[in-house]
Amino acid sequence: MEKFLLKYFTLIRVIIAIGIGIVISVFLIYLTSQEPGFSLRSFLLGPFLTRSRLAHLFETASPIIFCGLAIAVAFQAKQFNIGAEGSLYLGAAVGTAFAVSTNMPAFIHIPLVLLIAGLTGALWSFIPGILKAKWKASELVSSLMLNYVAYFLGLYLINYHFRDKEAGFLVSFKLPETAWLARFIPDTRIHYGIILALVLAVLVYYFLYHTTAGYEIRSTGFNERFARFGGISVFKVIILCQVILGFLAAFGGMTEVMGIHRRFLWQSSPGYGWDGIIVAIIGRSHPLLIVPASFFLAYMRVGGRVLNLMSDVPAEMVMVIQSIIILLITAEAFLSQWKYRITVRQAERGGAA
Amino acid sequence: MNPLLQSILSAEFGFAIFRVMTPLLFASIGVSISRLAGTINISMEGTMLVSAFVGVLVSAFTNSLILALLAGVAAGVAMGAILSYFHLRLKANIILAAIALNMFASGITVFLLFLATGDKGSSSSLKSMLFPEVHIPLIKSIPVLGTIISGHNIMTYGAFLAIILFYIITFKTPLGLRIRAVGQNPHAAESVGINVNRIRMWALMLSGFFGAFGGLYLSMGYVSWFARDMTAGRGWIAIAAATLGGYMPLGTFLASLLFGAVNALAIYFASLQIPSELIALIPYLATVIALTIYSAQAQKKRHRKVEEAKQVGTIKETT
Repeated sequence: MEKFLLKYFTLIRVIIAIGIGIVISVFLIYLTSQEPGFSLRSFLLGPFLTRSRLAHLFETASPIIFCGLAIAVAFQAKQFNIGAEGSLYLGAAVGTAFAVSTNMPAFIHIPLVLLIAGLTGALWSFIPGILKAKWKASELVSSLMLNYVAYFLGLYLINYHFRDKEAGFLVSFKLPETAWLARFIPDTRIHYGIILALVLAVLVYYFLYHTTAGYEIRSTGFNERFARFGGISVFKVIILCQVILGFLAAFGGMTEVMGIHRRFLWQSSPGYGWDGIIVAIIGRSHPLLIVPASFFLAYMRVGGRVLNLMSDVPAEMVMVIQSIIILLITAEAFLSQWKYRITVRQAERGGAA
Repeated sequence: MNPLLQSILSAEFGFAIFRVMTPLLFASIGVSISRLAGTINISMEGTMLVSAFVGVLVSAFTNSLILALLAGVAAGVAMGAILSYFHLRLKANIILAAIALNMFASGITVFLLFLATGDKGSSSSLKSMLFPEVHIPLIKSIPVLGTIISGHNIMTYGAFLAIILFYIITFKTPLGLRIRAVGQNPHAAESVGINVNRIRMWALMLSGFFGAFGGLYLSMGYVSWFARDMTAGRGWIAIAAATLGGYMPLGTFLASLLFGAVNALAIYFASLQIPSELIALIPYLATVIALTIYSAQAQKKRHRKVEEAKQVGTIKETT
């Protein structure tokens, strides 16, 4: 039992943090709601009760998985790039611009649009990468600033050059049908983006844990000096994970445009880059854990929306809960005493035997 | 004269710059002081939001400006204290903890706003008080200059005082000396008996203190209500301004002034059918460039020191 605890300690810690979060949400609901039993049921079970909410769960999780994977790769190398948001925005804007101004059969159009969006994101994310690798400029600050630059550039591109003036509000032209990602479950908006997300999760896992480049990324994150002494080019690693980050985020943003909205309608940044950070933390930057973490976040979000609709508790409660969960998970020392005690007890028993 | 130039050269434009700059200045002082201690506080967005909210709520329920000010500042300091507890005691990564705190602030303010007023958008149903405007005698009657300098909210003048206070704390007090020492080399500071964590805790709480004023100004000066996410990215812009200003008092001031000017300019451009997006991105781009130049020079300096050390070493070996 104790050996099991030690082996899966980080995972157990995450589960305990989530548990505490849910306990607090129960507490908050009882504190604020006139009919707490009903509200609690709406929040916890609501997302599963109707077909459209269940579909909503998948639709919400899809872009978050992409961004979670993107951030996870950077976090594995201890790069605190928060530029996924900017790469996603600009990538999707450029991808949209390309999609609406070209005409070709779907089997070329779809991959080409996705590729162009992804490459734009990669190129954008390359900037903080090269600035960090070459001059040690903080990737945190530069990626944050470039988020704004990307946002304004994307906005300019859509509003001044690809705006559909007949739509009545500020959106781009509708994508030609050859650039749509098909929805494969009738009466829902679940589209092939979610399949691409799952495939990419496996690919990123394989890349990080079964290739040399992935090993170099993880070693750099584990101990940069050691990696350097071991002959790993930290320069290359930093650039590589930034480029992958930008590519994945923009790719994910583009699938959202092609599958859900079918035109570019983000007048403010959609925030998936930040969601990516949340799930990367909950999933401990492990690509395969990003998937359940994204579904968990989507579950909380949809639960919050149901709560908002059906009861007297505001959906913002979810933001409070998720921030507490993240704080507890990132707090390395949270429960470390407990682990320490188990380790000591194990060692003593080992010594006695 | 063309209308754009005319509006830029007007005294009202000068007035607008100071108005827009005020919250940025407070927040970027907050960022700077934490960065000087080596623990950058990127939770200014959340800190300002919480203080703005607490200020409005307390002023509406107590009808006391002083109590609202105290409560708002206490809330800001508490945000700094929470961040320092999670980072220094519970060993959370400060960036991630601050991102979580921002999220927390955004959620909890709307949650409580809804409980207090039944409205999730803004606190317009509450009667909030305002910090007074100050009309400086004599100066206000000077043409142009009087329009620019006089008649601001008291918080705007407070922001100038805050810069001076920031300078005094950093360069004229033992705490400031320790903050800089801890930021430059924590191990060296520790070796001379400085409690690194305690100094960093003070720096983070100070950063919450300064940020709080920015928040209070937003909800009780800039406008007279609290609205959800009313900081609208100012906490992030403050990081840009602090970085551009090299985390130093004068630099922070000038950078905030620049951001204030560009923001005010973007508003004017939008009304003149010029793509305001392209103007709005300039300061961010400038920050990236400034950060790069700054980092490149710091790196060059490091290299030079290593080279010098090597040379000193070889001289010693040969003699």
